[in-house]
Amino acid sequence: MIVINRHKCGHCGACVGVCPENAIDLVDAWVEVSDKCIECGICVKVCPVGALEIQHEG
Amino acid sequence: MKDEYDVLVVGAGPGGSIAAKTAAEHGLDVLLIEKRAEIGNPVRCAEGVGKESIKPFIESDPSWISAEVKGARIYSPDGTAIEMSEDIAGPEVGYVLERKIFDRALALQAARAGAEVMVKTRATGLIIENGFVRGIRGEHFGDDFTVRANIVIGADGVESKVGRWAGINTTLKLSDIETCAEFLMADIDFDQDYCDFYVGNEIAPGGYAWIFPKGKHEANVGVGVLGSRVGSTKAIHFLKKFVDKSCSDGHILEIIVGGVPVSGPLERTITNGLMLVGDAARMTDPITGGGIVNAMITGQIAGEVAAKAISKGDTSTKVLSEYETRWKSAIEDSLDKSLHAKEVLTKMPDEQLNMLAHSIKDVNFGELTATSLLTEITRRNPKMLWELRHLL
Ligand SMILES: Cc1cc2nc3c(=O)[nH]c(=O)nc-3n(C[C@H](O)[C@H](O)[C@H](O)COP(=O)(O)OP(=O)(O)OC[C@H]3O[C@@H](n4cnc5c(N)ncnc54)[C@H](O)[C@@H]3O)c2cc1C
Repeated sequence: MIVINRHKCGHCGACVGVCPENAIDLVDAWVEVSDKCIECGICVKVCPVGALEIQHEG
Repeated sequence: MKDEYDVLVVGAGPGGSIAAKTAAEHGLDVLLIEKRAEIGNPVRCAEGVGKESIKPFIESDPSWISAEVKGARIYSPDGTAIEMSEDIAGPEVGYVLERKIFDRALALQAARAGAEVMVKTRATGLIIENGFVRGIRGEHFGDDFTVRANIVIGADGVESKVGRWAGINTTLKLSDIETCAEFLMADIDFDQDYCDFYVGNEIAPGGYAWIFPKGKHEANVGVGVLGSRVGSTKAIHFLKKFVDKSCSDGHILEIIVGGVPVSGPLERTITNGLMLVGDAARMTDPITGGGIVNAMITGQIAGEVAAKAISKGDTSTKVLSEYETRWKSAIEDSLDKSLHAKEVLTKMPDEQLNMLAHSIKDVNFGELTATSLLTEITRRNPKMLWELRHLL
């Protein structure tokens, strides 16, 4: 699961631009991830502030 | 909002506002929507732009000019400076903008030309019928709506969805995006007459750091790093390191983050009933990351072609292909050159970057463009830049 730290996020949309599954939306001042997410981690890499993280369940 | 328009523009950045203005000036019924509550805010830009290049789009106004600069200086890793100014003793050639005000001024131009402008209005999907884009689905202040349009112009920036909804793959690879962080800083001591760029694999792998004067001893201080070259050290960390070294006594007044497409333009920028402009079509220069002017150029062409298509009653790609022909003849050549140079330069070790800088440090550049810089370094370093020989 991709977890977004809303306190860190600068809502710039870079993660949206790189998502190969079109699973991320920059709605207003927040980012939403849909269940299309395949946890590839590309968004985690591009984030300028490190607001995204893959959290493995269990 | 009406139920139907000739043209619907998604995104009120420079590309969308110029597209909407142009279409409205041609007598079309235009709706320009922006999802943010405030056009131009938050800023995602270092705000540097050539003075001449924005002249065709808006009459200059002190309210959106933060500073005027005489030129640019590029510092190699060992500190060698390459100075680019058209005439050092001459007039200022560049502006550092106040984008919050500039973007609003552009949207206001569109509104005054007759376009309807709506903020806090987000496109959430396209209406597609018989292979033609026929409008959008959206959300305004929490309420869903649909609105029809003969042509949709996607000007929705780096996070563009409009192209994807129409089946155009706009996904950026990590090697095709600069991840950026910037502070607006006050009370720092530097030369207010220049935009300064710092390259090097320590400072900004695959990108550069910058200090652009904003007047009153303020500056945009930022770093962009190629997405494929960042690890756990994020753009913000590179920025903090750069600030510690270069201007640690300044005060931070604002933090700005963002992504810049450096992929070169999309191969396909149209479908039936749809055109993509600006960052949505990846029109930023892959070397400089500058995209304001190309957004306006492509926005204007799209507005003009929309008017033609609607007067002909044909919004198919057959008619819209004029958009592609025209933007290509306007900017494809320089974007291509920058893209090739990016592929070579972003892989260079610091020693080679230093050698390139030494080879051109005394050159007088007639023209303040990425192309003129690239041509000169290629000419003087034929062996090292064999792959770039076609730039000459
Ligand atoms: C850190 C940084 C520094 C930069 N420095 C410079 C520079 O010095 N000089 C330069 O020329 N360029 C610079 N750029 C690039 C420049 O900012 C962009 O190229 C330019 O803003 C592109 O204009 P645009 O109109 O295409 O898109 P944008 O200005 O990004 O506008 C797109 C708009 O669309 C809206 N939108 C998105 N999705 C939707 C939707 N679904 N519904 C409604 N609205 C939507 C967004 O909210 C946004 O307002 C920089 C970029 C960054 C990130």
